[in-house]
Amino acid sequence: MHILVCIKQVPDTKIIKVNPKTNTLDRSSAPAILNPYDAHAVEEAVRLREVHGGKVTVLSMGPPQARKAIRKCVEIGADEGILISDRRFAGADTLATSYALYKAVEKIQKTDGVDLILCGKHAIDGDTGQTGPGVARRLGIPPLTCVIQVDQVDVENRTVRVHRKVEEGYEVISSTLPSLLTVEKEINHVSWAPLPNMLRAARYEPSVWTVDDLEDVDIKQLGLKGSPTIVGKMWPPEKSKGAQMIEGDAETQVTEVLKIFMKERDLFKSAGQKQN
Amino acid sequence: MEQKEGQLLDVGLELLAAGQDLARKLEVDVCGVLLGDGVERLTSQVFEAGADKVYLIDDPVLKNYRTETYMKAVGDLVRKYKPEIFLYGATSNGKDLASAVATDVLCGLTADTTLMDVDIDKRLFEASRPAFGGNIMATILCKKHRPQMATVRPKVIRRLLAEPGRTGEVIEEKVSMREEDLKTKVIEIVKNTKKAVNLEEAEIIVAAGKGIKDAKGFAMAAELAEAMNATLGASRDVVEAGLCGHERQVGQTGATVTPKVYVAIGISGAIQHLVGMQNAELIVAINSDKDAPIFQAAHYGICADAFTVVPMLTKAFREA
Ligand SMILES: Cc1cc2nc3c(=O)[nH]c(=O)nc-3n(C[C@H](O)[C@H](O)[C@H](O)COP(=O)(O)OP(=O)(O)OC[C@H]3O[C@@H](n4cnc5c(N)ncnc54)[C@H](O)[C@@H]3O)c2cc1C
Ligand SMILES: Cc1cc2nc3c(=O)[nH]c(=O)nc-3n(C[C@H](O)[C@H](O)[C@H](O)COP(=O)(O)OP(=O)(O)OC[C@H]3O[C@@H](n4cnc5c(N)ncnc54)[C@H](O)[C@@H]3O)c2cc1C
Repeated sequence: MHILVCIKQVPDTKIIKVNPKTNTLDRSSAPAILNPYDAHAVEEAVRLREVHGGKVTVLSMGPPQARKAIRKCVEIGADEGILISDRRFAGADTLATSYALYKAVEKIQKTDGVDLILCGKHAIDGDTGQTGPGVARRLGIPPLTCVIQVDQVDVENRTVRVHRKVEEGYEVISSTLPSLLTVEKEINHVSWAPLPNMLRAARYEPSVWTVDDLEDVDIKQLGLKGSPTIVGKMWPPEKSKGAQMIEGDAETQVTEVLKIFMKERDLFKSAGQKQN
Repeated sequence: MEQKEGQLLDVGLELLAAGQDLARKLEVDVCGVLLGDGVERLTSQVFEAGADKVYLIDDPVLKNYRTETYMKAVGDLVRKYKPEIFLYGATSNGKDLASAVATDVLCGLTADTTLMDVDIDKRLFEASRPAFGGNIMATILCKKHRPQMATVRPKVIRRLLAEPGRTGEVIEEKVSMREEDLKTKVIEIVKNTKKAVNLEEAEIIVAAGKGIKDAKGFAMAAELAEAMNATLGASRDVVEAGLCGHERQVGQTGATVTPKVYVAIGISGAIQHLVGMQNAELIVAINSDKDAPIFQAAHYGICADAFTVVPMLTKAFREA
């Protein structure tokens, strides 16, 4: 079985700072890491390979530095990595990103048929979760999003069955192969990399493709040009002004807060009164 | 208008409220799109919640959500009726569907919108959203492509009061998909067994922190919760002190809650607690320390001894 995992290098948003002057993100303030959800996707692919045999390839679109994220995937156990990197990909929104990834998948498919594609649920920077379903649509295969468990892969009969997290619980869904899954963090624990993987990763050089290495590419659909959405203004989210303090003695305070509750009565009105 | 088992989700009703605001500015209609099996009876509710028109596709093949079927049905509607703006709820299925449709019709899609406006002259939809883990807000524009699509987070817009008897035009469409031709099958839907305490869905929460000290103080908070018809929550320190079970814990390692009203009693407001409750609509904090960080997150603060004001509040609610 050949499993392809789409991975993205992202700034660590837990540490990133906003430049107060320009209201933009100071990317140098945060290290670039493998998108945490994608680490789970790679782990899942490696586990599936252990059961079904085959190969795990990771694919990323990004600047040359993204090779580091690919090496991280090799550490987790991926066999191969491909980076598509070219100025003409830059500034892509999710529509243009899915087009570029789709063109790369097409090329990979030609030499090495692809049975399953895994993506993270979302990337922690752009945070849209739109790329995976977009790639699936372009390939004409079903996306199965929010996957928390791969129940069964039947390579012979070309089916996959997964658990998909939804608000009220989970759905059990089956689909034909090839399929594209986007995975949640619950799907697995990313295990410590064994030493041989780490050694291999340190020396690993992913293949790097430019636009010219892909076939039948419509340049107008790539990068900034191919992106219908643009980021207009950016600003840091409002810091809370803090509470309005209710002063006075206990009695006044209680009366005042009751008044507030009365004023916001409609908050209570539609309340489902689920008491427990 | 996302529905599950013939019940409309709240988020669709919230989208109609947002849609009315935008449509009034652009002088166009607000339309609801309703897909499913046996969902025709829901149209009246969609009109009452603010729609001028309802596009209805009622077919057994649409019984449960599947990207494959819903994408085709919605994509065809978009191509045929060419809306200017198209909103989806940012739920698991809503995001899945919107991403697939946007790629299908090749238009832009703004994710997880929390603020919406429109530039009336340019007829440009301005959808703003948090990105980079909430570190920044960005306004996303889509100048050339139509429709301008966005997914909108649930619970950020207040829905309109239903107008009983309000109606409009139903436009019925058909799909021609056969079950046997489809690639995906929904085999089963497994619901979370109802938890004894369901903080996530609670609309009013009274939460107790270490400031209530012991079992007696905890009982005092529980009485207020009962008087307010609220669900009782707690901070981690209260859970760790053995005063209640973990199912009541709010915060990073407990439940993330979005009630309409959150009353915090004797909770200091550690960041791990705040991340679990800061999106409540109305937060009232009671704490004896005027510098407690909870007052930064709350809308209203009462700096007082909980043992004095909480019983008074309980009494007042019981009498109300
Ligand atoms: C502030 C800000 C707001 C934005 N808002 C929007 C918006 O509302 N709509 C929009 O269309 N674009 C938006 N973008 C652009 C968007 O971030 C990029 O298109 C990005 O290339 C992919 O989207 P994402 O980061 O949301 O990834 P997601 O779609 O969240 O990623 C999901 C999965 O797709 C795969 N994947 C994503 N990117 C790559 C890649 N480069 N290489 C390989 N695999 C990948 C990974 O498996 C990943 O886990 C925004 C960008 C910024 C900076
Ligand atoms: C990894 C990690 C995960 C965590 N996850 C969670 C989580 O999910 N949820 C969570 O809640 N915490 C969590 N914590 C713990 C968190 O950091 C705080 O320690 C905890 O929330 C404090 O609980 P508290 O506010 O009840 O207690 P305290 O911090 O002890 O605060 C008690 C408050 O009561 C006030 N008080 C005292 N007496 C009175 C009185 N008579 N009347 C009124 N007010 C009074 C005090 O002024 C004080 O502000 C986590 C911590 C870590 C490190």
